[in-house]
Amino acid sequence: MKIRGRVWKYGDEIDTDIIYPGKYLVSFDPLEAAKHAMEGIETDFYKKISKGDVLVVGKNFGSGSAREQAALALKYAGVEAVIGEIFPRTFYRNAINVGLPALEIKGIKDQIDEKDEIEIDLDQGLIRNLTKGKDHHFTPLPPFILEILKMGGAVPYYKNRIGKSKTK
Amino acid sequence: MGMTITEKILARASGQRSSAAGEIVEANIDVVMLHDIGTPGIQNPLKELGVEKLPSSVEVVIIPDHFVPAPTVKAAENLKLTREFAKKHNIKSYYELGRGGICHQVMPEKGHVKPGQVIVGPDSHTTTYGAFGAYATGLGVTDTAIALGIGKLWFKVPPSVKVVIRGKTGVAISAKDVSLFLLKELSSEDVLNRALEFGGEIIEKMSVDGRMCLCDMAAEMGAENSVVSPDNITLEYLKERVKTPLSTVSSDADAVYERKVEFDISSLEPQIACPPTPSNVKTVKEMERVKIDQAFLGSCTNGRMEDLRIAAQILKNERVHPDVRLIITPASQEIYLQAMKEGLLEIFAKAGGAITSPTCGVCFGGHSGLLAPGEVCISSSNRNFIGRMGSPKAEVYLASPATVAASAIEGRISDPRERLRKGGIR
Repeated sequence: MKIRGRVWKYGDEIDTDIIYPGKYLVSFDPLEAAKHAMEGIETDFYKKISKGDVLVVGKNFGSGSAREQAALALKYAGVEAVIGEIFPRTFYRNAINVGLPALEIKGIKDQIDEKDEIEIDLDQGLIRNLTKGKDHHFTPLPPFILEILKMGGAVPYYKNRIGKSKTK
Repeated sequence: MGMTITEKILARASGQRSSAAGEIVEANIDVVMLHDIGTPGIQNPLKELGVEKLPSSVEVVIIPDHFVPAPTVKAAENLKLTREFAKKHNIKSYYELGRGGICHQVMPEKGHVKPGQVIVGPDSHTTTYGAFGAYATGLGVTDTAIALGIGKLWFKVPPSVKVVIRGKTGVAISAKDVSLFLLKELSSEDVLNRALEFGGEIIEKMSVDGRMCLCDMAAEMGAENSVVSPDNITLEYLKERVKTPLSTVSSDADAVYERKVEFDISSLEPQIACPPTPSNVKTVKEMERVKIDQAFLGSCTNGRMEDLRIAAQILKNERVHPDVRLIITPASQEIYLQAMKEGLLEIFAKAGGAITSPTCGVCFGGHSGLLAPGEVCISSSNRNFIGRMGSPKAEVYLASPATVAASAIEGRISDPRERLRKGGIR
């Protein structure tokens, strides 16, 4: 599974209320959610992003609320992966569950600059920085998490599992 | 090798003899808590999973609390959907507006939390139930739908961090001050995604209300879950509320902790979190020049009896500052009634405070008290993120109920100790 796009960089402490403000919690419509992505610090984020773009983020990205719309809004705004050092667990699970790869890679944010073009190979654990001509290796995600991402999220993954157990 | 409380609970729930930090387990879920954001949110994933009937192994509790009473038609639709979902699945534990309150208070209050259980909910402050020795954690709606629909979910067993709190303090220093102090002292790298186990003499003597505040605030520390070893205080609280037999769970003497930290808080002063993160903590004394426009007393963190009582002691025969709005939200209907019986609501109303029905609205900036650009609020709640309580250009300070009450009178951030001393409280 490969992702290719431009990099957007964000600093530390981008919490869920910044990514998706509480007043929009009444809605679960992904396309509507996308319009409010990153609204706490940026307007019209979804218009600036191109499909395939990747966020490279600082500490505690997605901390705070358990709201899944934070991950959903980013995905439907066009973000195809989020790379950080370590993610708060709820955001991490939500991202994987909606089919948005969240990669935890130590020291990565100093190696990649804003607007760099990168290609991520999730199976190989490889990031190719096409702008800088440099490769970065990382430990691939556990197989079942890769499987969830390949199937497009936790719901199709579990649905498939239920289906298999029924036909047994 | 010994296990921590968290490891024991996850091992038991996964049908294993043992579990250790880092291991991935699939745990049976004992209780799923849902509210009026979570219930609409799980509809699509449940439908896509093809779940028609919920597994009987899971206890389901539904507590509408965020957008109540409905401030918009969209919220009313979500509440209607939530109500209909409870009816459709014949869920007995449904707490309508006026009969429940804020989920994290209602859950233990109505006997839905027991030591040793695995409890999940689509809300980050689900960690609160660790105060009773449960493994409780917040999840997104997809995870919640899977837990509810299948009755199981995978977890990576979190490493446990033991936090020991010793010393002697008076009532002027509350569990909230301790929580804010820990937010300052513990680095997020050390506690992020960990199981925080609280112990030491301060915790052993702490009331259920205080323990719930601390375990609630563990979410702000980045903990996956937080836990207090169940003891007589726990059982005393639960025995009136839980109808089934109670058992306890404790960490083994040789349990493995990733780290142990110890604090003596004998000289702790009232603490305050400055904008824009809960970990940006200073002493109240340092911030006393900051003027406020609004003071909020409530939320799943600090809307309990202990919180209302100390605030009432400060507000008795006083007036809220002319330039300040004080909003008080009792955390549940039971607390509302008790506060009424004790005359606390009268004290608040006479002081010029506005009392709302139990709701999350004010705390998360949903409704009932949003802030305009440039306004400053002191709040007993849990988050002061940018835009949390309204405008991204408003500022929120987090403090104890006593500090909120004293500040509401002064019109600026104010150390409550002098007022408490005058009232004979130390």
